[in-house]
Amino acid sequence: MNLMITFKKIIGQAVLIVATSLVGLHAATAAIAIEHWTQPSGAQVFLVQSHAIPMVDVQLDFDAGSRRDPAAQVGLASVTASMSGMGVRANPARGEPALDENALGEAWADLGANFGGHASSDRMSFALRSLTYPDLLAKAVPLAARQLAEPSFPADIWQRERETMSAAIKEANTRPATLAQRAFDQAVYGVHPYGYDTTEDSLKRIEVTHMAELYRQMLQPCRAKVSLVGALTRAQADALVAQLLAGLAGSQSSTAGDAHCQALPAVVEVAPLSQASEQRIAFDSAQAHVLLGQPGYKRNDPDFFALLVGNYILGGGGFVSRLTNEVREKRGLSYSVYSYFAPGLHAGAFTLGLQTRPDQADQALQVSRDVLARFVADGPTEAELQAAKDNLIGGFALRLDSNRKLLDNVANIAWNNLPLDYLDNWTQRVQNITVADIKAAFQRKLQPDRMVTVVLGGAGASAQ
Amino acid sequence: MLWVTLTSANALTPSAPESLQVQAQQFTLANGMSLIVKPDRRAPTAVHMLWLRVGSMEEVDGTSGVAHVLEHMLFKGTPNVPGGEFSRRVAALGGRDNAFTSHDYTGYYQQIPSARLADVMQLEADRFAHNQWPDEEFKKELEVVKEERRMRTEDNPRALMYEALNATVFVASPYRRPIVGWMSDLEALKPEDARAFYQRWYVPANAAVVVAGDVDVAEVRRLAEKYYGSIPSRAVPERKPRVEPMQTGIKRMAFKAPAEQALVTLAYKVPSFQSFEGGPDEDDALALTVLAAVLDGYSGARLERALTQGPNRLADSAGADNGLWGRGPQLFTLSAVPAQGETAEEVEAALREQVARIAAEGVSEAELNRVKTQWVASEVYKLDSVFNQARELGTSWVQGQPLDANERVIERLRTVTAEQVKAVASKYFGDDQLTVARLLPQPLNKERKPRAAVAGARH
Repeated sequence: MNLMITFKKIIGQAVLIVATSLVGLHAATAAIAIEHWTQPSGAQVFLVQSHAIPMVDVQLDFDAGSRRDPAAQVGLASVTASMSGMGVRANPARGEPALDENALGEAWADLGANFGGHASSDRMSFALRSLTYPDLLAKAVPLAARQLAEPSFPADIWQRERETMSAAIKEANTRPATLAQRAFDQAVYGVHPYGYDTTEDSLKRIEVTHMAELYRQMLQPCRAKVSLVGALTRAQADALVAQLLAGLAGSQSSTAGDAHCQALPAVVEVAPLSQASEQRIAFDSAQAHVLLGQPGYKRNDPDFFALLVGNYILGGGGFVSRLTNEVREKRGLSYSVYSYFAPGLHAGAFTLGLQTRPDQADQALQVSRDVLARFVADGPTEAELQAAKDNLIGGFALRLDSNRKLLDNVANIAWNNLPLDYLDNWTQRVQNITVADIKAAFQRKLQPDRMVTVVLGGAGASAQ
Repeated sequence: MLWVTLTSANALTPSAPESLQVQAQQFTLANGMSLIVKPDRRAPTAVHMLWLRVGSMEEVDGTSGVAHVLEHMLFKGTPNVPGGEFSRRVAALGGRDNAFTSHDYTGYYQQIPSARLADVMQLEADRFAHNQWPDEEFKKELEVVKEERRMRTEDNPRALMYEALNATVFVASPYRRPIVGWMSDLEALKPEDARAFYQRWYVPANAAVVVAGDVDVAEVRRLAEKYYGSIPSRAVPERKPRVEPMQTGIKRMAFKAPAEQALVTLAYKVPSFQSFEGGPDEDDALALTVLAAVLDGYSGARLERALTQGPNRLADSAGADNGLWGRGPQLFTLSAVPAQGETAEEVEAALREQVARIAAEGVSEAELNRVKTQWVASEVYKLDSVFNQARELGTSWVQGQPLDANERVIERLRTVTAEQVKAVASKYFGDDQLTVARLLPQPLNKERKPRAAVAGARH
């Protein structure tokens, strides 16, 4: 019971991760050696050798995230990834019996290792963490390979999972944060899959056959980006990845003409907003939730660095952002106030958010709008830009100082097709940004007069 | 090692893979302050933490939450560093900073490039010794803390239920009060309350500096002497024991809140692990931790199997936890979220049955080995995070444990036998030490008027 801890500020708002999971490199320090090669199967491998601790982290990314969910089966990618851990089929050729969910859980626990899948908007990802002691790793990798290639997708387990997910959705629907975020996402994304909402109804339309089909189409070695950080040589990593993917269709080779490796259909882009909208939603809660935003930008946007640095100054930089200063420090209106971009394969949202006592919501919203409008109109000051560079460049090493953080960065490079020396040049790219760059980039990307506003909590009013 | 090639003289030299266990070292400064240093030279970063052996458990009725409010106020300035400037300076160094408060302790930290260690030690020593702010800053920050309470607790029915459960389980122990404080206490809190708490408890002999990362032990020691060593020593105030009296019968509480899912929690008072020289209570505390792991330590463990699987499943989720150690009394908790249509009574009975089965039949060697394997592996994985290593060292110090307490506890856990697990399952799960809480979901009232602000809330 004494585990509850309360912080001065929530560390690294979970929602900020998308915007800030970039990597930094101090101008005057080490480069990160990323080894990259393509296996005969077409799988692309990215390795950073890190031999200090006898462990390895492996991440596999596939272009099978929820943005590809059929509109009638929203949630398919996510439940497929999680259901892949609920049992594996027997493999008579190798004399391996089927494993149910409990046998699988025990097997991983016995190895002190873990493996599992999850889906985000863009990717379906699988992660393996294991010790690299040869006897353990030699068991962990084939087990992961089986789970990856031979999931049994048992119908009775899916029925149960659907029930527990539906119950969790109902519970979440009693919470103000859930309801505010849903209203915001729907207003910002419209019909785009980034705004999809998994519901009890959409889960009802998902069957295990859909999962198996999604798996068959998407999970092929030629589509895999595999990132590894740990105590492995290149040869060991190469063998590990080959073994991991060996059970998937097309693991032997890939040729350009293979049907299984043809390009996947394009997904529509997020449409820009044509006008401002404002929703006031009545809700009986201790705090009102205020969200303000619009579609942002894609990860491959040339303004990436200007927006990264600019948002640090506006609302990303912990205790020292403009928003924190004006809303929290000067006025005591909120514990948490932030802004972030969520660039992905499509233009993820720009979001400005805070929570405050309902009777203060209007004041906090007005202060936030003023801060935002002024920032977009004028950009940062030279002093603010220098402070941002001091932090981002000076603190680059903190983005890379564990295997876990390195893995995030390597997978980011792999997924976004960034150059292998991306980390080596990162601080220089930040250093090059000027006040004019930030101002121009924010003016290109943000239109404060055409944003979505959601205020949930307090007396509310119908949508305007 | 992480840093594979080097392009400049400023970086650390490429070192051979280091021994896994570079031991932490502990020193005591002349003024009584503790210093703990743990080198980990994989990357040119460090974490610097200041731990205070004071948390919400040192509070008294009427001023609950003051330890946490004071933690916020430490960012509000000194005669040398104006309010808000602390975090700006840490940011300018390339660092990140924050702070945390629990029942047992208060902590402040900065993650920084290791070359900047001296700067943050100077800043932290300054506010530890000279924190000072105007009343107006306190009033503003108190509003921020109230928003924090609204966010974490008031709009979260489960957090509210656990707050009420703690207040029901404990009678004399200060664990009965919420860390963030009761809202009415926050409303009534005065700047002098925070200043008095600071004066009383922020003394060198009640504090430890923990530094982990790319650092040299002798150099850190020199810096600690320089920046912290000159702070005058003062007596650590006497702590009243406030021993929790023996509970002699079951307590039950119901908690109504707007929610969809119910929740059942059974909290048993159990022995805590006090010392490696301890006796039967210590052995039992360890065995209870093994019991919790056998029930809920891995995917497919007993509670999950018995309560959440199969056509007649009773729960959407179920869990077990043993507190093991801490400055105050510890609990073993069983909890579950009843599945739709299942009653809290049935779920409570099913949770109890799982413990009773172990009391009657014991546990298998396979289960025992499985949970031990996981702990051994976790000892390796934890080395990946310098921050977590520093946090573990700080927690051990707060509890008066040796620096290698976690490693030693895992060594001890590995020696726990199936017979011991069976014995504690029958010894500690009677009704007399039990408190049961049930969250009774209430419909959301969309018609109801929003809550009025608490009277006299603000301006």
